[in-house]
Amino acid sequence: MNRATIDLWVGIFVTIGIGAIVFLALKVGNLTSLQTAPTYHLEAAFDNIGGLKLRAPVKAAGVVVGRVDVVRFDPKTYQAIVGMRINDGVQFSKDTIASILTSGLLGEVYIGLDSGGDTVMLADGGHIAKTQSAVVLEKLIGQFLFDKASTGGGK
Amino acid sequence: MPADTIAFVVRRVGRATQSSIARLGFAARFFALVLYHSPAALKRLQLTLREIYFSGVLSLVIIVVSGLFVGMVLGLQGYDTLNRYGAGDSLGIFVGLSLVRELGPVVSGLLFASRAGSAITAEIGLMKTTEQIDAMEMMAVDPLARVVAPRFWGGVISMPLLAALFSVMGVFGAYIVGVRLIGVDNGTFWGNMQSGIDFWPDVTNGIIKSVAFGIAVSLIAVFEGYDSKPTAEGVSTATTRTVVGASLAILALDFILTVFMFRGAA
Repeated sequence: MNRATIDLWVGIFVTIGIGAIVFLALKVGNLTSLQTAPTYHLEAAFDNIGGLKLRAPVKAAGVVVGRVDVVRFDPKTYQAIVGMRINDGVQFSKDTIASILTSGLLGEVYIGLDSGGDTVMLADGGHIAKTQSAVVLEKLIGQFLFDKASTGGGK
Repeated sequence: MPADTIAFVVRRVGRATQSSIARLGFAARFFALVLYHSPAALKRLQLTLREIYFSGVLSLVIIVVSGLFVGMVLGLQGYDTLNRYGAGDSLGIFVGLSLVRELGPVVSGLLFASRAGSAITAEIGLMKTTEQIDAMEMMAVDPLARVVAPRFWGGVISMPLLAALFSVMGVFGAYIVGVRLIGVDNGTFWGNMQSGIDFWPDVTNGIIKSVAFGIAVSLIAVFEGYDSKPTAEGVSTATTRTVVGASLAILALDFILTVFMFRGAA
């Protein structure tokens, strides 16, 4: 085999291979997660985070505005501290409510932020005071059964 | 059981263990030697390009065709199963994740081991049988730099490119079956895939896996060829050992890498 022909074929091969990687990056995956857009940090304490995981989306009005980056347990208050990185340029007021929600019955768990009316905005490292914990289905069912039993017993 | 039978069995087990550990040691030393001779080999880039041609370019057809078929099967089976739970729309993410994380690197690695790895072993083994390796040493040409290192690097470079191509062809095959034949919505297919698959860590971990498989397969192939007995039977045994050993290495490595990569992500 001629040297020039081999070079040509190897060139074509490498081009196809790199093209495939680019396709995987742009069309199959989303490169946006690689972007290191400037972010700032917010924290919130929850009584129960349910199935919240790292890198779960933080949404405001259904739009992803950040990601969860820390989940840890506070041994003093027995609460879960969730740290999230919010995109720069998205500001939330001091009385924002953070709630842990689930998209659909079996969908992913995410944090929903509902901004309040306060004019003072949360700065980097700010703490969201008002939180709403995850709804734990088992507790809900247990409560329902307990209620049923107590009202049924009265009759 | 008589004492000498027990002694015989113990002796056999001991000898087999000792020889396999010694072989492993030789393989490790061989790997270090190949790396040591790599700069000299890569300086003569033409040698490596030739090997990329033989192990990469000539594997293109089998990778493209099998990727397409694996993707089409994934599309059919995945849709059938997902649709039972009313989740047929998630076909895109199902196919994309399976291909990018697992099937792309693993299946293309297995194909690469049987298509290119066996050829490398047979070639080096036959060179040894026909005393070409010895002749090179006589001429003060280091066979590790001239023969082994270019083949090793040719495989290592080809493998990730082939795996990426396999994944792309698989996604394309699933697109043909899912969108064109079954009728999943085109936007849903691609949108679900893109929202569920991140470049980091999903795609990059797939690429890291394929690089690891490329190193494993190429090393086993050149080692078995270099270590083969210089007979016709020896070459055939070495070729078989390459395919079996490389396939097992890929599957075992895949498990280990998956444990490290995706344990925290899931």
